[in-house]
Amino acid sequence: MRRYSGFALVREAMRGHKGWGQQWSSPEPKKEYDVIIVGAGGHGLATAYYLAKEHGITNIAVLEKGWLGGGNTGRNTTIIRSNYLYDESAGLYDHAVKLWENLSQDLNYNVMYSPRGVMMLAHNVHDVQVFKRHIHANRLNGVDNEWLTPEAAKEYCPPLNISQSARYPVMGAALQRRGGTARHDAVAWGYARAASDRGVHVIQNCEVTGVRRGGNGQVTGVETSRGFIGAKKVGVVAAGHTSVIMEMADVRMPLESFPLQALVSEPVKPCFPCVVMSNTVHAYISQSDKGELVIGAGTDQYTSYSQTGGLHIIQHTLDAICEMFPMFTRMKMLRSWGGIVDVTPDRSPIIAKTPVSGLYVNCGWGTGGFKATPGSGHVFAHTIANDNPHRINTAYTIERFNSGRLIDEAAAAAVAH
Amino acid sequence: MLLIHCPYCEEERPEMEFRHAGEAHLERPKNIAEISDEAFAAYFFYRDNPKGVVFERWRHLHGCARFFNAARDTVSDKFLTTYKAGQPKPDLVGAANMNIPAKSGKSGK
Ligand SMILES: Cc1cc2nc3c(=O)[nH]c(=O)nc-3n(C[C@H](O)[C@H](O)[C@H](O)COP(=O)(O)OP(=O)(O)OC[C@H]3O[C@@H](n4cnc5c(N)ncnc54)[C@H](O)[C@@H]3O)c2cc1C
Ligand SMILES: [Zn+2]
Repeated sequence: MRRYSGFALVREAMRGHKGWGQQWSSPEPKKEYDVIIVGAGGHGLATAYYLAKEHGITNIAVLEKGWLGGGNTGRNTTIIRSNYLYDESAGLYDHAVKLWENLSQDLNYNVMYSPRGVMMLAHNVHDVQVFKRHIHANRLNGVDNEWLTPEAAKEYCPPLNISQSARYPVMGAALQRRGGTARHDAVAWGYARAASDRGVHVIQNCEVTGVRRGGNGQVTGVETSRGFIGAKKVGVVAAGHTSVIMEMADVRMPLESFPLQALVSEPVKPCFPCVVMSNTVHAYISQSDKGELVIGAGTDQYTSYSQTGGLHIIQHTLDAICEMFPMFTRMKMLRSWGGIVDVTPDRSPIIAKTPVSGLYVNCGWGTGGFKATPGSGHVFAHTIANDNPHRINTAYTIERFNSGRLIDEAAAAAVAH
Repeated sequence: MLLIHCPYCEEERPEMEFRHAGEAHLERPKNIAEISDEAFAAYFFYRDNPKGVVFERWRHLHGCARFFNAARDTVSDKFLTTYKAGQPKPDLVGAANMNIPAKSGKSGK
């Protein structure tokens, strides 16, 4: 792999940029691999990367039915934070934030991680109480999170409307300064390039259509649109399509898939310094380095695989944005799109072994898994390599829905996160 | 926004009047205190989530307020039919251009 550096940039500038080469190779699938990862989103690619880097397993293929990063990884609003309520969540999401901090260096790829602060607005007494409870719980777990008065919130984010005449006035905010954003495409590309460099095969346009199992039930490989490919272990990391693939191995999942939408505005000069989330009025906003406002909306109420959602959903979000930030009322929106998110009953992911030997699953990230990409790949790689979970993901089993030992961020937040 | 036919009002109305109410034809076990944890989880947490025809409940909240069932294709979001609560799952085999969830990919054991 040719390393990227300031020196390389100067050298290529002088040579007319003819020496950059492909970022990752596109090999033909082999007959068999030690590990097959289904789904080349950020989580799948990160899993392959850490399997190669930390566990010395390099005979790996990542199979993707479309193009890499074309799923939720390339469709999300890139909010990164770790101020979740429960100990298990703090462990998992903060593990990811720590990896984000050095990810560009680790991958030799600029993922543009920008810890500009994530501010969550409280609009009613319930919000205030819930956020303060989160702040205390976070501090006990060593996760930064602080309470701001409406005035302090406005100082941190000057476009914010804290007037008492707003439809839902701001009563305060919780701020995680280490939270922020990263460039979604660069995360997929950076992991793909670094994994490919270590010998991983990233195979696009290769849809998994079946899971083959041997005499004693263990996985022996997958059927694909490019023929059968053998594997000793298979890791399913397919977000909204997880139920479909697991059903090929006769495993029923506690998941439902919903459309989730986002939209971006025309690009403008830098005017919005941080990330602001409001669960109560349902709006998530930041400004990309290109200058577009990046706005996240809520899920539709019905399950769907259509990758489009209802117009009234984004309209509702824009109503809230205009109320909270009056200076955006005349902004033009450029594009809107949808992704399909897989939601568990407790809104926490599943990163685990399955009842089928050799089959592993990493799913249920729902509306909020981008932030966890490095941490998720890291602990899932450990789980596959050792056939046993990492300390951080031991609680994230499928069986927790039988025992009732949930990680109930759903009750903690009651909304998309 | 979907257009939904309420089988009670016998009218097509905008989605805004309705609330989605989850998978249809799930029956709450009568002896719920006695069943195993696995059986309870199967009823309470596990879902079909098909890419294709889903059977689901809707409630015409801002209309007649009644619950009814629907069969919808989750790829196109098109409703194949809606029917009153308590009626059996309609037999949809043969309905044109449907995305029936593929079972064909399975092989081996
Ligand atoms: C609009 C929107 C906004 C969001 N905002 C945020 C946010 O601000 N912060 C945050 O943390 N999270 C956010 N999320 C959630 C986040 O995007 C996801 O949790 C995360 O990106 C999931 O990554 P992944 O790699 O698991 O899935 P994906 O990137 O979806 O990758 C799964 C891949 O599997 C492939 N696949 C599926 N079926 C098959 C098959 N049969 N064979 C081969 N390949 C297959 C798909 O094509 C896809 O590329 C948002 C999501 C959406 C849709
Ligand atoms: Zn009605």
